[in-house]
Amino acid sequence: MTTDLDAAERLSSAPAEDDGAGGEVGIGLLGWLRWGWRQLTSMRTALILLFLLSLAAIPGSLVPQTAASPTRVAQFVSDHHTLAPIYQKLGLFHVYSSFWFSAIYILLFVSLAGCIIPRTWQFVGVLRAQPPAAPKHLVRLPVYATWRSGPQGSGAQGSGGTAGGADAERTLAAAEALLRRRRFRVARNGSAITSEKGYLREVGNLLFHISLFGMLIAFAVGKLFGGMGTVLVIEGKAFSNNVAMYDDFMPSTFYTADSLVPFGFRLNKLEASYQTSGTQVGTARNFQADVSYWTGSDPKKSKSASIEVNHPLSIDSSNVYLTNNGYAPVIEVTDAKGDVIFNGPTPCLPQDGNNTSTCAIKVNDGYVDDKGNATQLGFSALFTPTAAPQSEFKTMGPHSIFPELLDPHLYLNVYHGDLGDNSGAPQSIYELDTKHMKQYMLDGQPLKFDRTPGQGFKLPDGGTVTFTGVDQWANFTVAHNPGTGWALGSAMMAVVGLIGSLFVQRRRIWVRAVTGPDGATTVEVAGLARSESARIAEELAEIALELQDTAPADQPDADTAAADTADTAAEKE
Amino acid sequence: MILAEAAIDTKFANISNILVYSAMAVFLLAFLAYAAEWTFGGRSRVARQSAALAAKAGSSLGQAVADAEAEETAARTAPTVAVKVTGAGGSTTTLTRTVAAKAGKVDVVTRGDAAPPVDGVGASGGDEGADRFGRIAVSLTTLAALLNLCAVITRGISAHRPPWGNLYEFTVALTMVASLLFVALLAAGKNVRWMGLPVTFGAVVGLGIAVTEFYVDSEQLVPALHSYWLWIHVSGAMVCGGALYAGAVAAILYVAKDVYETRKAKDAVKAGGWWSDVFERLPAAATLDKWSYRINAFVFPLWTFTIIAGAIWAEAAWGHYWEWDPTETWAFITWVAYACYLHARATAGWKGRKAAILVFIAFACYLFNAYGVSIFINGKHSYAGL
Ligand code: HEM
Repeated sequence: MTTDLDAAERLSSAPAEDDGAGGEVGIGLLGWLRWGWRQLTSMRTALILLFLLSLAAIPGSLVPQTAASPTRVAQFVSDHHTLAPIYQKLGLFHVYSSFWFSAIYILLFVSLAGCIIPRTWQFVGVLRAQPPAAPKHLVRLPVYATWRSGPQGSGAQGSGGTAGGADAERTLAAAEALLRRRRFRVARNGSAITSEKGYLREVGNLLFHISLFGMLIAFAVGKLFGGMGTVLVIEGKAFSNNVAMYDDFMPSTFYTADSLVPFGFRLNKLEASYQTSGTQVGTARNFQADVSYWTGSDPKKSKSASIEVNHPLSIDSSNVYLTNNGYAPVIEVTDAKGDVIFNGPTPCLPQDGNNTSTCAIKVNDGYVDDKGNATQLGFSALFTPTAAPQSEFKTMGPHSIFPELLDPHLYLNVYHGDLGDNSGAPQSIYELDTKHMKQYMLDGQPLKFDRTPGQGFKLPDGGTVTFTGVDQWANFTVAHNPGTGWALGSAMMAVVGLIGSLFVQRRRIWVRAVTGPDGATTVEVAGLARSESARIAEELAEIALELQDTAPADQPDADTAAADTADTAAEKE
Repeated sequence: MILAEAAIDTKFANISNILVYSAMAVFLLAFLAYAAEWTFGGRSRVARQSAALAAKAGSSLGQAVADAEAEETAARTAPTVAVKVTGAGGSTTTLTRTVAAKAGKVDVVTRGDAAPPVDGVGASGGDEGADRFGRIAVSLTTLAALLNLCAVITRGISAHRPPWGNLYEFTVALTMVASLLFVALLAAGKNVRWMGLPVTFGAVVGLGIAVTEFYVDSEQLVPALHSYWLWIHVSGAMVCGGALYAGAVAAILYVAKDVYETRKAKDAVKAGGWWSDVFERLPAAATLDKWSYRINAFVFPLWTFTIIAGAIWAEAAWGHYWEWDPTETWAFITWVAYACYLHARATAGWKGRKAAILVFIAFACYLFNAYGVSIFINGKHSYAGL
């Protein structure tokens, strides 16, 4: 194959594959570096890295991840004494931030950069330069057509009705116009026309790969500058955006307690609806939190809005999501003297689909018993919005049979003593630490109560407890995600780029016309496209046909046809 | 208790169930009819002849030239471009007749890098009886696809929402997409009848598993799925699934046929045997490969879009667009696997069978994502409804 053919056939700026056989002379450090870089930026390496990336992503979906669920990781660690430490060492509990996962994608992106930067240059060069000149032997190109257009007469039946054959000049001019009309980029050199089309394939490919960088950067920005927190808010209560208000605050490198901008909202009402019939009774159907919110620190200038699952509320640059909800039984406690020392809701956490909920109600101070001793009270509580009928108690204990408040019951075990919340050790607000507490007893039995709203009971040491009602609470996630718009923009660009890259065909078409000494013009048309395209042959045929308006083909007679066949046979040898 | 009762229309839900069972039965009949076509087509004389002809594909050039001549004589009245055949690299020279036929007046010479794909004659092997089975099979497939479509629509009407809110509905809609795509390709005149057997097989198995393992009554959605992204994201995933199934089937057949063709080239197959009989009627390996590539390349941007739509939804639902939830992770793995495949195609030395193996891996990832993850791994997705 001639070199001009090689140049003509290079139809992609994809780097040429070198199979590592390149004789590297005088290797040295620089040589090795160059060799390493060439390897890293080769397509084969990209392929292997891509494959590794998908393999490396697998364990993160099978092993519990700290970022997603710390409790499941803790569970796993306590269940697997031998495996857990090994997993810990390998970073399997945080795969997507582990060194090996990072190493793979960083290498991949370095490889990508090393691949697309030269490609971009090369492509810019291609755009500046003219399409490569026609190879000498057009006949060697993948698709090819040729015909003779005689000097006079014989081709008169040509569809264009031109009288007689064409000369080379007119044919080429016609071809040029034709190709331009078909939006090819056309150049003329000598007796041939070179044209090329489908540059958008390369543009798309580069756009796609560059967009991957956009996505990576946006992702990194989100990780470094974003953060989130969660907060439980009881109906009627308000939240303001400072770190002390959060139940859980997850900062990042550049998003800390100081980054929180002032805003707030009040939960006016939580609406929840559930399936009431059929096999899916009790399945949640709708949650909606009606809030009033404000920016800045003045709650008086508030607007109202509702937050639903899938419909977060944007305040400033943060989004507020409704993530969970439940009930908060309200209790009033008086001490032995009859003074109200506690009155308020305590959120209980749902334990099942019917909102059987548990909580710990803690009365830290103020309680004085009938002997004048101060003590702390603790209630370990079970709340059922719709209590199961008594008959089910024996087998399953108290539980809820429907998630809404149809027949609310509160079951309490009452303790007194030291709640232990001054010891400094962090304590769950949902659990009672009864190490230093005693349960109230009556007739040798621990004191237990089952109450409906409005009902109360008396404690043996003089106080009273009243279950006055039930509030609802909602759990919110407040998230600050910078870079999201960029990620979306890049991703969209990536899709657009992909469509160009996969569906546009880059192709070249050459036309050569030479008028011989006998006055007859030989027209040759040849085309080249990537192998996935079958269309090039059809396109070439169309062009050849249209060109015959100007340069009609001679009518082949039996002799030439026979000669052609002989020709074929001869060349086949 | 605000809007819970209002919604479900059990009458339509029941109709939908009946339609699902009917579609399954008709798909099964269609499957049997395709099987009959393959079986009876094998005995036909035409099949034998074409096998014999294809066996000496190397000598088909002379044949092609003879054909060209014949046609040229026929078209004598119209001006025709002379046929010129060149011998680049000697033996690899060929003529494409299709192009010339289409254009009518111009013969374009195509130099392939290999012999032109000689497609098999198709399942019926040219046998009239077998062909009748084939046509019955196609009609049955069309009927089943329409029943399946109606099942999805009635399910949607009964619940007043997009009918793909859980694994059962997803699977029923998936078989619908796959079978409708197949019927549409047939209607567009594409030569894809050879896909009938795997398509109806997939539909029967899919619907069977759906009704036995995944069935849930028609109901409203859980709050997490209240989103128009359910329309966009899940239907994207479904169309991808249906098409990727076809892409994977084509890749499997490609590898099988490629192995067969290689062995045949080494004279290692028994001519007229049962296997050779089946393989001879399939399209050429190169054709199957092209189908597989085209389908997968078509799906890749759509899959990318589906993942993006999922990420937008995740942003609205959970507060972050990407959290490496297991479903997200496997969608990513699937995506990377298909990107691998596309790269492999562009890389010398990875074409052909090696690339096809990547398709199997990638499609397995897709399946695992749609089913395995929903069933076995619990993440944030509340989709399965199991
Ligand atoms: C980050 C992960 C990557 C993904 C998801 C990806 C994806 C893709 C896709 C989908 C195509 C289109 C295939 C086609 O045209 O048929 C493509 C083409 C291409 N990719 Fe990548 N790619 C990645 C990384 C890389 C890297 C690291 C390199 C360089 C070493 C690279 C070089 C290329 C080249 C040269 C093409 C064009 C092939 C051609 O023109 O035939 N890609 N890539």
